[in-house]
Amino acid sequence: MTPPAPVALIDYGSGNLHSAGKALERAAREGGSGKAVLVTADPEVVRRADRILLPGVGAYADCRRGLDAVPGMVEALTEAVMERGRPFLGICVGLQLMATRGLEHGETAGLGWIEGDVVKIEPSDPALKIPHMGWNSLDVARPHPLLDGIPTGENGLDAYFVHSYHLKAAHPGDVIATTSYGGAITAMVGRDNIAGTQFHPEKSQRLGLALLANFLKWAP
Amino acid sequence: MLKVRVIPCLDVKDGRVVKGVKFVDLRDAGDPVEAAKAYDAAGADELCFLDITASVEARGTLIDVVSRTAEQCFMPLTVGGGVRTVEDIRALLNAGADKVSINTAAVNRRAFVREAAEKFGEQCIVVAIDAKKVSAEGEPDRWEIFTHGGRNRTGLDAVGYAREVAALGAGEILLTSMDRDGTGEGFDLKLTRAISDAVSVPVIASGGVGTLDHLVDGIREGRASAVLAASIFHFGTFTIGAAKDALAGAGLPVRLGGGDIEEAGR
Repeated sequence: MTPPAPVALIDYGSGNLHSAGKALERAAREGGSGKAVLVTADPEVVRRADRILLPGVGAYADCRRGLDAVPGMVEALTEAVMERGRPFLGICVGLQLMATRGLEHGETAGLGWIEGDVVKIEPSDPALKIPHMGWNSLDVARPHPLLDGIPTGENGLDAYFVHSYHLKAAHPGDVIATTSYGGAITAMVGRDNIAGTQFHPEKSQRLGLALLANFLKWAP
Repeated sequence: MLKVRVIPCLDVKDGRVVKGVKFVDLRDAGDPVEAAKAYDAAGADELCFLDITASVEARGTLIDVVSRTAEQCFMPLTVGGGVRTVEDIRALLNAGADKVSINTAAVNRRAFVREAAEKFGEQCIVVAIDAKKVSAEGEPDRWEIFTHGGRNRTGLDAVGYAREVAALGAGEILLTSMDRDGTGEGFDLKLTRAISDAVSVPVIASGGVGTLDHLVDGIREGRASAVLAASIFHFGTFTIGAAKDALAGAGLPVRLGGGDIEEAGR
């Protein structure tokens, strides 16, 4: 019998599960939530989860294929998150999968939770390198419980980014934070019980661990 | 604003740091995990492990080191040295590496870069380029790719090769000047600039750092996105903080105060 899984970290063959898992475990330990983290490819575990984290590293279409390749996973995710309102956090391509579609190497359907397309970053200054790689500050568009207690802005803590595409949300209200790289790049989106970070909290030291601890106690 | 990255590099042999690391408060200066924790606390922006192990058997040790480091450090970790196959990359990523650096295998078979990038995403494939100046005095500058610690000349033009691997899917280039490595004379700025201008992906400057001004020059004149150094940090000549202060003092954007301080203080 599978034990109950308070926090499900979805394993679909993508993402740096080790990093995300370790960071979540530490956030759980230090944030005092004491929640157990379970890396899982089992849709039943996802259905029962108290909250769900979807990592993602690599190409959009590959990640979508990987998610579809786990029988029943998209259905379980949709049921838990969209119907039963379980708190959800997507990281990097995990955020991008929340979009209507991804336009990296052709067109791939996303989960359609946040209306918008995932498009190539086109900095106004052509000398800027792509991927957008490294530490950048967050410009918060609207306060969000996941950012509670975290100093942001140019003099705040930085987050670690590594990506060439970003989600262009159809509704500005879905954007929680942006970062500046030859223009505004979507750094964080969310609505109701769903949220996503384009940066990697599991690699963003203090900012990231604080954000993950906030996610573990988030009660949308 | 995107910050300039300061990256210390650890040479790891048979699971131990070689080139002694001189930190205070380290229980064991030869343990890469301890060194990684110290750099994490000091606010390094990323960490690089270069495996210089000769034997295949010691690979398992490296995997273990990467995995123990990933448990302790919540910053990006690049691992390189002897990466030849897609399976090598998978094993390192599964152990907790965020990026994997490919060197000789890319020189030998360029398609490997494409295969790796398609499989794992461009963002985690770093191509390491070791280049040496081959043009004579008075001739236009020209650098070639060398392998096997600078012993084997490949005949490949460094700038052309950088363009090629970037087009094949390298997400970043780790550029080392073989002429400068270990000299403390500073980066080969002309080389760094030539490669940085030739590719659209970020370039990490490496080889030759002896002073903090060299770091500033690497970004300003070399147009690198990040600077990598080993000796100046290991031997305690300069701290990561001093390096960042120097960059900030020169007007370059750096990340301050984001280090994983509590953990390392234990």
